[in-house]
Amino acid sequence: MTNKTFPAKFEFLDEIRELVAQVAAEGGFTDKVIYSLQLAADEAASNIIEHAYEGVPDATLDINCDMQGDTIVITMRDRGKPFDPSKVKQPNLKADLSDRQIGGLGVYLMRKLMDEVSYQSSSSTGNLLKMTKRRG
Amino acid sequence: MEITTQEFKHCDLIKVKGRVDSATAPDFAKALEKANDEGHFKIAVDMSELEYMSSAGFRALLATQRNCKRYNRGELVLVGVPERIREALELAGFTELFKTFDDSIAAVGSF
Repeated sequence: MTNKTFPAKFEFLDEIRELVAQVAAEGGFTDKVIYSLQLAADEAASNIIEHAYEGVPDATLDINCDMQGDTIVITMRDRGKPFDPSKVKQPNLKADLSDRQIGGLGVYLMRKLMDEVSYQSSSSTGNLLKMTKRRG
Repeated sequence: MEITTQEFKHCDLIKVKGRVDSATAPDFAKALEKANDEGHFKIAVDMSELEYMSSAGFRALLATQRNCKRYNRGELVLVGVPERIREALELAGFTELFKTFDDSIAAVGSF
């Protein structure tokens, strides 16, 4: 069980991606998929740091990353403002340059790169984001 | 992340190495904005030694492309995009917004 608590700061994204890569490599994922798992975890953690913990100093983020059979399960728990990725509007990828949305891209990538993205918010235990991807 | 800017007669070549994520994207965006602030709107971004880029970096590219193309004054093109990064750009629907070149000589020569 790989469970780690990180300061909710962008400077720790490197370590978060490293943790995911290590578990995924041990789980037998290809380099191509490992990159996409790192990207999904980065986008998820970045959103938590930027939105859930907006203006909150000294916040932390608990990350659990494990293989369950042939599936990698990444969970992130925070105690910030609820930030439900499923509520984020999907960006229009066909829009012209001038109309292209700048926001929402991270969540869109998370959904595309992972098999499943789920979110639960509770006032007692905080926000829980769970992402899974099966080894192909 | 490491950024070097080279000014050519017809364009700026901005090389970004290492990793661009939410921590480093602000500095990447600053380097792009600096070129625009100096009145340079023809920019080639050399990504051949870039290991990683998240959507934070994509956003900086998009904002700069918008600024460069405004009033038809220029364009931002990409050079040597590594496969993994290209796949992510494709997924984000970004590949049609940027011309790409295999090497910087071809990119600089295109302006």
